[in-house]
Amino acid sequence: MDPTLVGQGLLSGFLFGGVYSLMAVGLTLIFGVMRVVNFAHGDMMVWGMYLAWLLASRAGIDPYVGFVVCAAALFLLGIVVQRGLVERIVDAPHEMQILLMLGVALVLENAALVAFGPDPTRVRSPLSQSTVWLGPIFVDLARLLTFGVAMALTAALWLFLARTDLGRTMRAAADNPYGARVIGADVRKVYAAAFGVGAACVGAAGALVSPILPFQPTSGLGLSVTSFNIVIIGGMGSLPGAFAGGILVSVAESMGAVFFSPSLKELVSFGLLIAILLFRPAGLFGKTAA
Amino acid sequence: MKLAALLAVGVLVALPWIVSSYALTVLIFIFFYAYLGQAWNIVGGYAGQLSVGHAAFVGVGGYAAALLSMHAGLTPWIGMWIGGALAALLGAFIGYLGFRFGLRGFYFVLLTVAFAEICRVVALNVDAVGGALGLYITFTGNPRQFQFQDNRVYYYVALALMLGATALVWALERHRLGSYLTAIRQDEGACEALGVDTFRCKMLAMVLSSFLTGVGGTFYAFYLFSLQPNAVFGIPLSVEIIIRPIVGGAGTVLGPILGSFILSPLAEISRTYFAQGGWNGAHLIVYGLLLIAVVLFLPQGAYPALLRLARRRAA
Repeated sequence: MDPTLVGQGLLSGFLFGGVYSLMAVGLTLIFGVMRVVNFAHGDMMVWGMYLAWLLASRAGIDPYVGFVVCAAALFLLGIVVQRGLVERIVDAPHEMQILLMLGVALVLENAALVAFGPDPTRVRSPLSQSTVWLGPIFVDLARLLTFGVAMALTAALWLFLARTDLGRTMRAAADNPYGARVIGADVRKVYAAAFGVGAACVGAAGALVSPILPFQPTSGLGLSVTSFNIVIIGGMGSLPGAFAGGILVSVAESMGAVFFSPSLKELVSFGLLIAILLFRPAGLFGKTAA
Repeated sequence: MKLAALLAVGVLVALPWIVSSYALTVLIFIFFYAYLGQAWNIVGGYAGQLSVGHAAFVGVGGYAAALLSMHAGLTPWIGMWIGGALAALLGAFIGYLGFRFGLRGFYFVLLTVAFAEICRVVALNVDAVGGALGLYITFTGNPRQFQFQDNRVYYYVALALMLGATALVWALERHRLGSYLTAIRQDEGACEALGVDTFRCKMLAMVLSSFLTGVGGTFYAFYLFSLQPNAVFGIPLSVEIIIRPIVGGAGTVLGPILGSFILSPLAEISRTYFAQGGWNGAHLIVYGLLLIAVVLFLPQGAYPALLRLARRRAA
């Protein structure tokens, strides 16, 4: 095996991991605070991609600027879904929540199909044309920028959760929802904010990845499944777990593409998932068993 | 009640001689999806273990029967049982992984989704089973090859599948295992405390359910003449399978049939209606909205609601 090829795969997998981390952090935030799994996560991401595509093709806004708008739009969508639907069934059995979110996913995916058609598209950014050479390995400038912005957003989220009152309340509610209610936290507001912020993360991730990854309305399901894999591997509800899991899964997939075949890379992450479910169902960073 | 059931079966048996060939096709799909829904109902409805990967069993069963018929000349009438057995084996493996570690709710859903996706990726990449092109079955019209010139034969086969699975679930509900499964769905901890071997019960439900679904794969393959990895292992087929019993009433004998009679015509109408306008995904939007509405307003499904309504009328 050519070491340059392996190095290339490692680097591009690592850089792509930034997006995986951001989307998984969004999912695990929603789960951690509400114990609700956002089955529409990947479809929300696809809407982030299409919004970035609309902004780029209609208004000429580069996705590396437009991601702010996409995040804001998805924040609103997240709040609407939370207030309109999820709030009514927060205490219902898991099965009911999963079915509800499956319904939301179907609506979002097929609304995109009706609106944009089934063909794959990609957003053109002037930045995605240029590459930088590091010795024998080249770095796609777009990948580097996507990674940088994704990391910055994750860091900003971290600061928000650690330093602001709302962020602290969110973590408290995730830790002990009953206790949070006892000390007078507005749980309704916290839930809406958590769903909104989680959706904003995946919306931004979608916009940031749109110049690198071709997408179509049906991409959402695969992205949802990948996000689920990552948060289970990292540990459900664990933010550091989602962050590390995103990089890990991305590097593993890209190694799978190098050593086996690009079309088999999904099998590598499923293999990781099954290994985790077998030997450590709580995930790498999880504390309690499933 | 017995009289009503006999009457209903009598009408269904007589129907092919009355209705148009288009209506016949719609009815075949109603029965077939009711059958798959009934098979799912055992593990997803009664035992409450939400599998969103049942398409994998349709695919394994269908591929097995089709490959055996194409390469070994084995008649699908035997191949369907082998397909079912292979699907049951896969079901047992998934069940073992999931139940042994007490994976519940979301974890179990993801495990089933992951296995369906693994099957899909493998089928796409292994050329010996047709690869991305899938398998095409040439139409011979030979009954030995599970192929019939007359659509009415397919109708009766689909009807027999549906009625057979329903009779099985009806018997299961009266059997001890059925009560155990319902108890597991309601409170697994309490069930275990009372000494029920919940692992064994859930495994039995999973194996039975995946076996029946695998047998259905043969019907799928030899009625549609083609197996595409993305269609037959895809999540959309799993959604088609689970949505009918959920809308009709999961964990009830008649729920999957009622759900199929509600949803299949609705899907058919919206598909033809919206496809004319070039709106291809529109019928799935309808499905999504229905799922949301059922969860919010009718979480037990349509059948229990109808039953309540009928009782109130009678009282």
